[in-house]
Order: sequence, then structure tokens, then C-alpha cells
Amino acid sequence: MASIVSTPRDSLDVAALRAEFPILRQRVHGKPLVYLDNAATTQKPRAVLDTLQRYYVEENANVHRGVHSLSGRATDAYDAARETARRFLNAADAKEIVFVRGTTEGINLVAQTWGRVNLRAGDEIVLTELEHHSNIVPWQILCEATGAELRVIPITDTGELRLDAYERLLTDRTKLVAVAHVSNVLGTVNPVADVIRIAKARGITALVDGAQAVAHMPVDVQALGCDFYVFSGHKVFGPTGVGILYGRRALLEAMPVYQAGGGMIGRVTFERTTYADLPYKYEAGTPNIAGVVGLAAALDYVTGVGLDRIAAYEHDLCAYATAALTSVPGLRLIGTAREKASVLSFVVGDIHPHDIGTILDRDGIAVRAGHHCCQPLMTRLGVAATARASLALYNTRDEIDALVASLHRVREVFE
Amino acid sequence: MSAELDELYQEVILDHNRRPRNFRALDAGQKAEGFNPLCGDRITVYLSVDDGVIRDVAFQGSGCAISKASASLMTESVKGKTVAEAQALFERFQQMITARADAPVDNLGKLTVLAGVRQFPVRVKCASLAWHTLRAAVDARNEVVSTE
Repeated sequence: MASIVSTPRDSLDVAALRAEFPILRQRVHGKPLVYLDNAATTQKPRAVLDTLQRYYVEENANVHRGVHSLSGRATDAYDAARETARRFLNAADAKEIVFVRGTTEGINLVAQTWGRVNLRAGDEIVLTELEHHSNIVPWQILCEATGAELRVIPITDTGELRLDAYERLLTDRTKLVAVAHVSNVLGTVNPVADVIRIAKARGITALVDGAQAVAHMPVDVQALGCDFYVFSGHKVFGPTGVGILYGRRALLEAMPVYQAGGGMIGRVTFERTTYADLPYKYEAGTPNIAGVVGLAAALDYVTGVGLDRIAAYEHDLCAYATAALTSVPGLRLIGTAREKASVLSFVVGDIHPHDIGTILDRDGIAVRAGHHCCQPLMTRLGVAATARASLALYNTRDEIDALVASLHRVREVFE
Repeated sequence: MSAELDELYQEVILDHNRRPRNFRALDAGQKAEGFNPLCGDRITVYLSVDDGVIRDVAFQGSGCAISKASASLMTESVKGKTVAEAQALFERFQQMITARADAPVDNLGKLTVLAGVRQFPVRVKCASLAWHTLRAAVDARNEVVSTE
């Protein structure tokens, strides 16, 4: 990472960063790839790819099982990854880090364990209008099972949470507040610290969906004061199929087990089974060891670049993109909150976002078009779909210019 | 603009997107809903069948240019045809839009303008949603059709 260290403070040497992402070198339909679908998944740096390769070439064995050397090395790497994740989130204890498949599994785990024992008929779960389906549907299923009910914090037309309405929604029956840190459609950075503080003052448990936050800003779960924080590795330059559930130790210890099987047991007889201590209690079966080790490499990578510097660079790029996009006639940005990160959703006249996506693709530009797994939010916004450009640390102003030029071509086609 | 894009977004398709034909509801007859859950495209196809002949057909909904133009062209193509003829046309249409790029293009009259979809495999669902929904309306199936 010498190339990063040599750059001035508060700026990124993006050319050097890009060189670390092999996939970005390719051409699509004869044009240089402009990858602006980072909210869906991020690309992987050489550090992560090499770690995955090295793990399988040099260390692969099952963890916490063998007496042999390889198993010892794999176990060391797996445990070290948990400490890396603890440091990344500034959790108090590595036992508060549970490896899961991703954000979706993390939320489902909390719903099916904490939720099943803590919710009764008539209790209330508070969500927001801008949640991803994965922070809605697990709670709906929990409500069906327990008789609890959902309450929804409304947003303003610019895409900001209405904190006044939030406070009015809270009752003696509110047991949980579950909120996205950053909206995957609007880019809104929610005031999660305030949301959590207000919840905790009333003894309400707070969960934060950090899927769209961790690649773009530093996260400190102790400073936030949340009870649960979940994110996916693949959205922070790590492999797919691995993610992290942070849970406060007291809660994780009290919760019932999630999946059962090898690795999560203490002692098993046909009469009775005792369970392993944290964090293994929630990690039944052979874990995604390579994924976990690769995720740790990704977290080290972004930490090495510096999340404060990434946030500053992306803030500048997001402002540039906002100005550039609004210069396109007929383009309307969806989501204009004061605090935004890395996501630019838009519509252009009555041109359908799929048609925009197809034409941009022919210019090598990858964006997402659709409802972004946020159908209730789409209904609130009164649009069927949006086109979405989402940024990461390797994107440049030149790429934004290419996007804008291609959007002008989209308009020519449909004129 | 690439040649493939020019072929996909031909003037006829853009025209049917801007001014879709038979874009209305029918009061009587059969209907079915089509939905593409991944992209959110929605369509309702209305059908009036008499003695095995499609006397009237119309649609409503929201979707991309390809799905809207395909629905519009479909209504023009099947009106007056027997249900069996419409079904056969759907099969030939499906073959045309999923054929290899270098395969000869079947002459399906007005529908031939949609042959360019074959260059864009992810857009095949857009072009076929209306037809799947038409078939459900013919069967008077009381369910939402999906192209997933």
C-alpha cells in the first residue's frame, strides 16, 4: 500500500487505487468499464483476491477441529478475522462479532432469535419508509408469528427521516427500532445516532442495517450505542456470502440459538445438548472460512486507505455528480437529503429506467435500474423504478462525465 | 449509437412506446395481470373472445419501452385472430426474440421489429411479458403471471 501512504492527507490517489482492482481494466462493448453499481456489490482489490488464493493454496482446513498444523493455521486466520472485524466496528469484545452470510441473514438471525423470545402480541416494531426488503420482510414474518405489529417512520419528499414523527410513533409497546444507516435508493445518511439515542432512552432495542454505510464512512458501534449492527462483506470490497452481525454481548448471551449443528454445541447427548459460548453459539456448521478471511483482508484494505479519506473523497465526487446529473435536461434526482452518501437515483423524463440502463450499458456504463428491493419506498415516491448510479472509492469525475454524456445519448434516442 | 441499439430502439418501437395502441381497459370479457417482480413492470391484458376469435384486446400498465411497445404491437397482431392462431404466433415470437443473433429472422409482420431484442438477452422478459399475460387471459387464469 505504499502508493496510498505517499499521497497527501485527505486526498486519494485514485489512479493507484484503481490499479489494485483488476476487473476495472476491462472494456465492455468496446468501451472502458465504468462501474457505478457499487450499492449492489463492490469490486475486489488485489489484496482480497490474493488472500482468497493464498488461503486455499496454503491454509485450507476446517476450523476448531483438527490437531494438525493446517487446521491450526486456518483457525488462527479465522479468529484473527474476528478481531479485525471487532476493530473495524470498534466493538468492545470480539465475542460480539458473529459471522453470517450477509446483512439479510444477520437480520433474520436477530428476528428469529431475539425477536421470538422478546416480542408478544400487541408489541410494536418501528421501521422506516426507506428500508430495503431485507429489513422489512423478516420483521413481518416475526409479526405473523408473534402478533406484533409494524410501525413505519415516514420520510420527507427529499428523503429524510421525520424524527418528530418517529418520536410520536414510540409507545410503551415499542420493542425494537430497525433502521438503515444509509438508504440504498436515496443515499440518505440517516441520523442513526439520534434514532438510537431516542430508542435507548425508552429502553427500546435498536438494530442498524449498515449494508450501504461500511464502505463509505467509519462506523463505531460503541459510539452509536446500537444493540445490533449488520453488514455484508461484498459491499465493502470483500467476497460474497459472508457478512457480520454485531450484537451487544448481554443480548447475544441471552438469545436462543439460531441454526443448530456442529460447532455450536457444548456437550451433546440424546437427552440434552448444551451450547457453545459466544460467538460460536450462532455459527453452526463449517463456516465460510475463506470468505471470512477474505472479508478481513477487505476490512484491512479500507482501513488502510482510510475511511475518513474515502468519505471526504466520495462526498466531493457525489457533489460533482449531483451537479453534473442535474445539468441533463429532464433528469430528476430522487433523494436530495442534506446528508447523502454515494448513491444517486434518478429518472429522466418519462424514459423508463430499464431503457436508460440498456443504453448506458452499450457505453460500458453499469448502473442499476428497477425498484432496488424497496417497493414500499417506490410507492411512497410515486415512481415505478429509478436508475441508480452508486459510487465507490475508485470512481472518478471522468466516469461521471461519461455517464452524463451517455445520458444525453439516451435522450437523443427517445426524443 | 451502436447498431444493436439502433435495431432495438427502432422508430416503430419508440412510436408504440410513446403512443401505445389499444391502451385502455375493456369492461367485459377476460383479463389477466402480468408482473415482472425483478424490475417492477406491471401489465393488465383485457380480452374479448367470441366463438374462439379474439374480437377485442387491450392493455394497461407501466413498463419500459420494450415491454410497452411489445404489448401494443401484440394487441394489433392478435385482434381478429383465433385463440389458436394467437397461441401459435406467441410461439414464433418467443423463438424470434430468443434466437441466436446470426439466425435468420422469421417474418412476423409488424412484430418483426422486435427481433433486435435477441441481442439483449436480459430484455427478453420485457418483450414477452405481454404475451405471457395474454395467454393467462385466454385461460382466464385468476392469478398474476410472472416472467421470473
